[in-house]
Amino acid sequence: MLNLNAFLVGLLFGLGLIISGMTDPSKVIGFLDLAGTWDPSLAFVMGGAILVGAGAFTVAKKRQRSLLGEPMQLSSATELDKGLLIGSLVFGIGWGLSGFCPGPAVVSAAAGQPKALVFVVSMLAGMALFGMIERRGK
Amino acid sequence: MNPSDFTHSAYIAGLCGGLLIGIAAAMFVLLNGRIAGISGILAGLIQADKGDKLWRVLFLLGLAASPFVYRFAFDMPTVTIEAGTGQLVIAGLLVGLGTSYASGCTSGHGVCGISRGSIRSIAATLTFMTAGFITVYLTHHLIGL
Repeated sequence: MLNLNAFLVGLLFGLGLIISGMTDPSKVIGFLDLAGTWDPSLAFVMGGAILVGAGAFTVAKKRQRSLLGEPMQLSSATELDKGLLIGSLVFGIGWGLSGFCPGPAVVSAAAGQPKALVFVVSMLAGMALFGMIERRGK
Repeated sequence: MNPSDFTHSAYIAGLCGGLLIGIAAAMFVLLNGRIAGISGILAGLIQADKGDKLWRVLFLLGLAASPFVYRFAFDMPTVTIEAGTGQLVIAGLLVGLGTSYASGCTSGHGVCGISRGSIRSIAATLTFMTAGFITVYLTHHLIGL
C-alpha cells in the first residue's frame, strides 16, 4: 500500500508539473526574468500547491503516525545554518542557469529530452559528490 | 504555450498543476508520513540503506511515467531548453550539490516546507528564488549567455 501510494504520488506530482508548465525551462526562466518580459504565471503553481499542502500539513503536524500507521517523518530543525543558506544559493544559481529544478528535470528526461538527461546525470553526480565529501569529513 | 503569452490559460494551468502537486504532497504526508521532496528522494537513492530504497524507486517511476500518462489525453507541451550542454552540466552539478547541502529543493522546501510553516524552508525558498532572479538577470541582461 505504501509503495503503491509512492508510485501514485510520483505520477500525480509529475502530471502537476507538466500541466503547470514547470517542465519547460524557457518558461521557468521567463518567471525568473524580472527585468525582462516577466511571466508571473508560475507563482500560481507554488500558490496552488501550498493552498492544498497547508491544510494537509496542519493535520500531519498534530499526528505521531500517518493514516497507514507509519511514523510521521517531519524535520524539527529550526536553525538557519550555513549549509541551508549557501546550499540554497548554489541551487538557485544552477536553477537560473538551466531553468531546471530536480522534479521537472526528471520528468523531461523521462519524456525523452536528451538535454534534460544530461542535466539529471550531472545533478546525480553532484549528489554523489556531496556524499563523498560528507564521508571524508567524518 | 509561449512564455510571452500572458493569457488567462497560463494562470489557470499553473493553478491546476499546483493544486495537483499539492494533492500529491498531501497524500504522501498523510498516508506515508513522508515529505514529497524530489532532491531528497533522489539523493536517498544513492545514499540511503537498502531497505529504504523501494519506495523511492516507485515514486521516481511514477514521476517518470507521468509524461506517458499525460500523452494519453493531451499533446506534450513544447519544451525549449536554451542552455547548451556545458551549461547544463555545470547547472546540474550546482543543483545536485546545492540541494544536498540545503536538504531540499523547490518541492521539499518550496511546497512541503512552506506548507508546514518551517522557518528553514521559508529561508531556503527566499534564498534560491533570489539567486535564480539574480542569475537570470546576469545571464540574460548583462552577459547575454
